[in-house]
Amino acid sequence: MKSEKKIKSVSYAKWGYIFILPFFLTYAIFSVIPLADTIRNSFYEFYYSGLKAIGPNWVGLANYTELLSADLPKYAWNTFVMWILGFIPQIVIALILASWFTDARLKIHGKQFFKVVIYLPNLIMASAFAMLFFALFSNAGPVNNILLRMGVIGEAVRFMESTLGARTLVALMNFLMWFGNTTIMLMAAIMGINPSIFEAAELDGCTHFQKFFRITLPQIKPLLTYTLVTSLIGGLQMFDVPQILTGGQGSPDRTTMTLIMYLNNHLQAKNYGMAGSLSVYLFIISGILCAIVFRMNTDSDPDGSKFAAKRAKAAAKKGGGV
Amino acid sequence: MKRRIMSIALAALTILGLLSGCGGGGGGNASGGAETEAGDGGKVLNIYVWNQEFQGKFNDNYPEVEKLSNDKSITYLKDGTEVHWIVNPNQDGVYQQKLDEALAKQGSAPADEKIDMFLVEADYALKYIDPDVNVALPLSQLGITAADVPNQYKYTLEAVTTADGEIRGLSYQATPGMLVYRRSIAQAVLGTDDPETVGAAVSDWDKFYETAEQMKAAGYYMYSGRADTYRVYSNNVSAPWVDGSTVVVDQSMMNWVERSMQDTQEGINHNVPGQWIDEWNKDMGPSSKVFCFFLPAWGLDVCIKPNVEGTDAAQDWAVCPSPQSFYWGGTWLIAANGTDNMSQVKDIMLKMTSDRDILNSLAVNNGEMSNDQPLMEELAQSPEFGIELLGGQNYLGVLSDAAASISLVNVSPYDQGCTEEFQNVFGDYFNGKIDLEKAKENFATAIGERYPELKSGGVRWPE
Repeated sequence: MKSEKKIKSVSYAKWGYIFILPFFLTYAIFSVIPLADTIRNSFYEFYYSGLKAIGPNWVGLANYTELLSADLPKYAWNTFVMWILGFIPQIVIALILASWFTDARLKIHGKQFFKVVIYLPNLIMASAFAMLFFALFSNAGPVNNILLRMGVIGEAVRFMESTLGARTLVALMNFLMWFGNTTIMLMAAIMGINPSIFEAAELDGCTHFQKFFRITLPQIKPLLTYTLVTSLIGGLQMFDVPQILTGGQGSPDRTTMTLIMYLNNHLQAKNYGMAGSLSVYLFIISGILCAIVFRMNTDSDPDGSKFAAKRAKAAAKKGGGV
Repeated sequence: MKRRIMSIALAALTILGLLSGCGGGGGGNASGGAETEAGDGGKVLNIYVWNQEFQGKFNDNYPEVEKLSNDKSITYLKDGTEVHWIVNPNQDGVYQQKLDEALAKQGSAPADEKIDMFLVEADYALKYIDPDVNVALPLSQLGITAADVPNQYKYTLEAVTTADGEIRGLSYQATPGMLVYRRSIAQAVLGTDDPETVGAAVSDWDKFYETAEQMKAAGYYMYSGRADTYRVYSNNVSAPWVDGSTVVVDQSMMNWVERSMQDTQEGINHNVPGQWIDEWNKDMGPSSKVFCFFLPAWGLDVCIKPNVEGTDAAQDWAVCPSPQSFYWGGTWLIAANGTDNMSQVKDIMLKMTSDRDILNSLAVNNGEMSNDQPLMEELAQSPEFGIELLGGQNYLGVLSDAAASISLVNVSPYDQGCTEEFQNVFGDYFNGKIDLEKAKENFATAIGERYPELKSGGVRWPE
C-alpha cells in the first residue's frame, strides 16, 4: 500500500524541463543576450574611429530621430519597391503553375521533374546567384555580347548603372529564387481543397476560369495571406542579392540600397549605436508582421464558415430592406 | 536508478558542450589590445595580406623558405617555422575589418594565433602606425635602425615615420607612376612606337588631349575609365582629405570630375566604371582598343601581364612618363605589436626590403621597382635590363627621377574610404544619372556612414 502511494507521487514533469533546458540556454546565449545588447547600444553613441573606440556615450533617442530624418524612409522604399517587383510575378506565376499541376483534367507529363526544376534556383546560395547575374549582365558580359551579335542593340546596355535595370535585376533574381517554393506551397493548399467541390462545379458547367476564381482562390486565401506576409518579412531582410550585385554600393544613386545593406554599412564602420537603433526599427516592423501571421494561424474561423454566415446574414438584411 | 544517472549525465554533457563553445571568446579590447609583450621563438608566423603578391615574392626569394603546403596557404621555413598567410581582399575595407578584429584580440590570442606581421597600403598606413593605437612595433624595438636600410628611397621611410620619430614599417618597392601604352596603337596612330616620341606626344595634359583626339578619330580610346586618371589628380592635391573632422575636397579632385565627365561624354575614355573588374582586364587584353594605362611598375606584372600572357599583345607594350607625375600604392611590412617571432620578423623585413640580391631579383623577375635607390639608378643605365612585356624596354629610366620626387605629406588615414566613395558617387554623375549637386550630397552621406567621426564636420567643397 505504502509503496503504491510512492509510485503515484513520482512526477515526470521535471524531465520535460530538463530536456528543454538546452534549447532555452542556447536561445538565451545566442538570441536574448545579443538582442538586449543591441537595444542597449541603440541609445548610445558608440563607434570606432580607426582602431580607437568613441563612446559609448548616452545619447537617448538621438540615433532614432537621426535615422528617421535622414535616409531610413528612402531605403525602406527601395526595399519595398524591389520586393513588390519580385513578388507580383512570383505569386502570379506560382498560382498559374500550381493550378496547372493540380488540375486533374490536364495530364501534364513529368510533373515531378518540373517541380524539381522550378525549385532548383532556391538551392543555390543567393550570393552565388547574384555573382552569376553580375557576370551575365555586366557591360562586357554574355547577355550584352549575345544581344550585340544578334543586332538587337547597337551598343552595350549598362544594366547595372540605371535604376530600372538594377532594381529589375534584383527583383528578377528574387522572383526566380522563390517562385518554385511558392508554387509548391500553393499546390499543397490547392490539393487540400475537397475535390468534390470541383466535381460539383464541373457538373454545373463551370469553366476553368470560374473554377479558379470562384473556388480555388477563395479556398486558399489563408495560405495566400500567409505567403504574402512571410514574403514581406523575407523582403524586409533583402540583402545578399543587391549587396553582391552592386558591390555594396546600392548604385546607382543609392536606389538599390536596402535596409539591411544600410545596416551593414553601419556595421562595417563599426558604428554600433546607429546599427543598433536601425535593428530595433527592423525588429519592431518584423514583430508587427509576425503578429499578423500569428493571428491568422490562430484564426477562430478556419474554414470561413463564420464569415460566410455573416455575409449571408448581411445579404438577407439587405434583401429584406429592398 | 542507473537510467536516472545516465540521463543526468547526458543532460549535463549537452549543457557543457553548449557552454564550452562560448568560452574564451571574450577578448575585444577597445584600445587595440596590445598590452602583451612581444616575444620570440614562436613556431607559427601569421602574416595578414590582401593578395598573393607579397606571398609569391616571399616564396620565390626569401632564402629560408623550404617548401610550400599543397594549397600554398602555408610556407615552411628551414628552421621548422610555419608561415601562415591570411588573405582578405582589400576592396570595401574587408582587409582592414578582418585585420582590426584580429588586432583587437592580439592581447588574448594564444601565441600561435597572434598576428606577427601585416601589410599595409599607402591609403591606410597612417591608421595602423598611429602611436596611440600602438599596434605596430617601432623598428627600434626590433633592433633595426635607419642605418640598416641606407639605400631605400627616403619617402618610403618618411611615410611611416610617426610624430614620436619612430619608423614603423619597411617597404620593398617604390611606386612612382608612368604611362603604359600599346605599341601597335601608337604605330597605327602616331606612326611610331618609340617611347621618346610617344612621350613627347603626351608630355603635358594639352598634348595628351591632342593625342587623344587623334586616337578617337582613328577609332581608339585614349584610356580605359575615370579610375585610371584618378591617382594622377589625387596625388597632386594641396592638402590631405581630412582637416579636423571636415572632409576637404581639393580643387584637383574637382578638376578630375570635370575632365572625366568630358572624356566620358566625348568617348575619349572607354567608360569602364572601375579598376580590378572584368571590363578593365579586358581593356588590357589582346583585342582591346584602349591605348594607355596609368600604372606604377608593379602594375606591369600584376595588372597587364596576366591579361596578355601568351597572346599577340604579350610584348606590345612600352612606357613613357605620365603627363603629370603620380604614385599609386606602395606596400609596407609592419611588425605587429605582440608578435612571438621577433627575430624572424626582423629578418624577413630586412631581407625582403634591403637585401640587394632579393631586390635585384624583384626588379628583374617581377618588373618591380625595388626599394634600393643606387641599385635602381644602376639598372636604369644598364642596357641589359629590360623586360619582355615591354619588348625589352628599360622602364627604370622613366621612373627613377619620379621616384625621388614622391611625397606622401598629403595622405590621411581616411584615404581609402574617401577614394572609394568619391569614385563610386561620381560614377553615377558621369553616367548622367544624377546632377553634380546630388553627387556632392551623396558623397557627404557616404562619408558620414563610413566614418561616423567625420559626420559632424561635413564636407567642404572648393569654390
